[in-house]
Amino acid sequence: MNGSGGAAPGNDCLPAGLKLRFAALVMILLVVIPIVLGRSPYYITVLTNAAVLAFISLGVWVTFSIGRMNLAQGAFALVGGYVTAILSTRYGVSFWLCLPLSGLASAVLGALVGWPVLRLKGVYFAMITLSLTEAIRLLALNGGVVTKGATGIVNIPRPGAIGLFGLTILPEFNGADPLPFYFLASALLLLGIVGVWRLSTSRLGWVFRSLRQNEDLATSIGINVAKYRVIAFAICCFMGGIGGAFFAAYHQNIYPATYTIADSVNFMLYCFLGGLGYILGPVVGAFLLIIAFELLHAVQDYQTLIYGILMIACMLWLPNGILSLAARRDAKQRARGS
Amino acid sequence: MAILDLQGITKRFGGLTAVNNVSFSVEQGAIVSVIGPNGAGKSTLFKLISSFVPPTSGRVTFNGHVITGLPPHEVARRGVVRTFQETTIFKEMTAMQNVIVAHQLRCRASSLGIYFSSAAARADEDRFQLSAGEILDYLGLGGVKEMVARNLPHGNLRALGIAVAMAAEPNVLLLDEPFAGMNVEETEAAVKMVRGIRDRGVTVILVEHDMSAVMRISDKIVVLNFGTKIAEGTPSEIQQNDSVIEAYLGQTDEEIGH
Repeated sequence: MNGSGGAAPGNDCLPAGLKLRFAALVMILLVVIPIVLGRSPYYITVLTNAAVLAFISLGVWVTFSIGRMNLAQGAFALVGGYVTAILSTRYGVSFWLCLPLSGLASAVLGALVGWPVLRLKGVYFAMITLSLTEAIRLLALNGGVVTKGATGIVNIPRPGAIGLFGLTILPEFNGADPLPFYFLASALLLLGIVGVWRLSTSRLGWVFRSLRQNEDLATSIGINVAKYRVIAFAICCFMGGIGGAFFAAYHQNIYPATYTIADSVNFMLYCFLGGLGYILGPVVGAFLLIIAFELLHAVQDYQTLIYGILMIACMLWLPNGILSLAARRDAKQRARGS
Repeated sequence: MAILDLQGITKRFGGLTAVNNVSFSVEQGAIVSVIGPNGAGKSTLFKLISSFVPPTSGRVTFNGHVITGLPPHEVARRGVVRTFQETTIFKEMTAMQNVIVAHQLRCRASSLGIYFSSAAARADEDRFQLSAGEILDYLGLGGVKEMVARNLPHGNLRALGIAVAMAAEPNVLLLDEPFAGMNVEETEAAVKMVRGIRDRGVTVILVEHDMSAVMRISDKIVVLNFGTKIAEGTPSEIQQNDSVIEAYLGQTDEEIGH
């Protein structure tokens, strides 16, 4: 394929710089952090949370790529969490099977809900998805014996060992050591980044972009707009479901209030803060905000207020997100180099 | 044989009849213009043909198959492709990317194949790259391929809109006011371009205000007034048609009166 076009649709040759950055990210997540912070469970826990929340936000980023602001990701994480909780506590299904099943359940629900709702645009779509988060929470609250209402489902088993022909590939997760969960979270995040990266640079990503820029024009050239909107939304919900399943097994419990509207808004905020134009935007946004708030314990009471101000400030002065600063610097360097 | 056939196409919006019982047929390889005073229902007629808007009654037949009631992307897939009145393009993409994306209908690879970059998907993209370059060169956009569309000058945007439509390999191309806002030389170039598209085997239907261009380019002209077809014929027949003259002169009288 062409190397010079850079960002031509379907171009699967990633620029060398991006590959290098990804390799650096892999090293940091899987080698540097475990070595440096491996003995402090607190930081490992914070980073585990950040990694999976970033993974869930990546899904929201995919719906942004078709030009829709998704405020229902909390609902789909909740669905994923309950699927894992119910399957593992009631039917003894292994976590490793629950994880993909939760993603699929959320994706199917997302496709069913998305089909009619995705006709709406802008603030209307955002409003409907916002109320969806609330609707799913109420559904869980009033779910009777299935969801056990406000008491939630507790004692969800941790991921079990994976063995092949009597050989243990992955030992059982136990409560004493947070590192196995950290590695699982990092692996999920890295897989998520590669997956979305691939999506975004393939023709599908370009079709998504064409939907964001002009749905009528996309229709006129034969793109089945409704179908691709649903595909993008289902991918987003899939990632939400996977993240929810992880947290259900990680915290070993799930309640209707585990994910609220505030969580849905935060997932979107991570995308905004990092930058909607960059795949790593939600990842950078999530890590920055989550780590910042862990470091600033004193202001946690004002979290909502600070998030609100941050969001307004971000839209006013940095509408393309934090990563746009890096992009600007790169452009300057390139200009100086040539 | 007629490639496109309209029978009794009617569209009512509430109490307003935008298009009233319009029938005509278009021969393969012809250039047909739809003209009429403002608000005559020309643009609505285009939306009805391309299925962007469903008709209240009547039907459109393409190559012997009824296309009325099909979703618009399906009509495009069959080979009836429209352009837009405004300069509607994918503004954040380069000219090249615009046209490459527009090759979607020619994809042979499945969605999963595309995702995992199968051999078929890579072959697709190589073909699209070549074909997009060829279309852009042909429409005189060879020099601006890598420019982001939002930065292109106005005249190039219209050509890019047509390039995007051409990438969908239309049998019938619907051009909505391709000469609007152009000066004499630009119009001349655009007329040549439309003829060139026809010579590639594409049947062209256009809605247009520029009378001199329409008279030069058309094999057949259909005249609408208040949603009703008042005349149909060759340019010379239309020029001598009494009801056409009345429709246009009547409008002129009104304008003088203001």
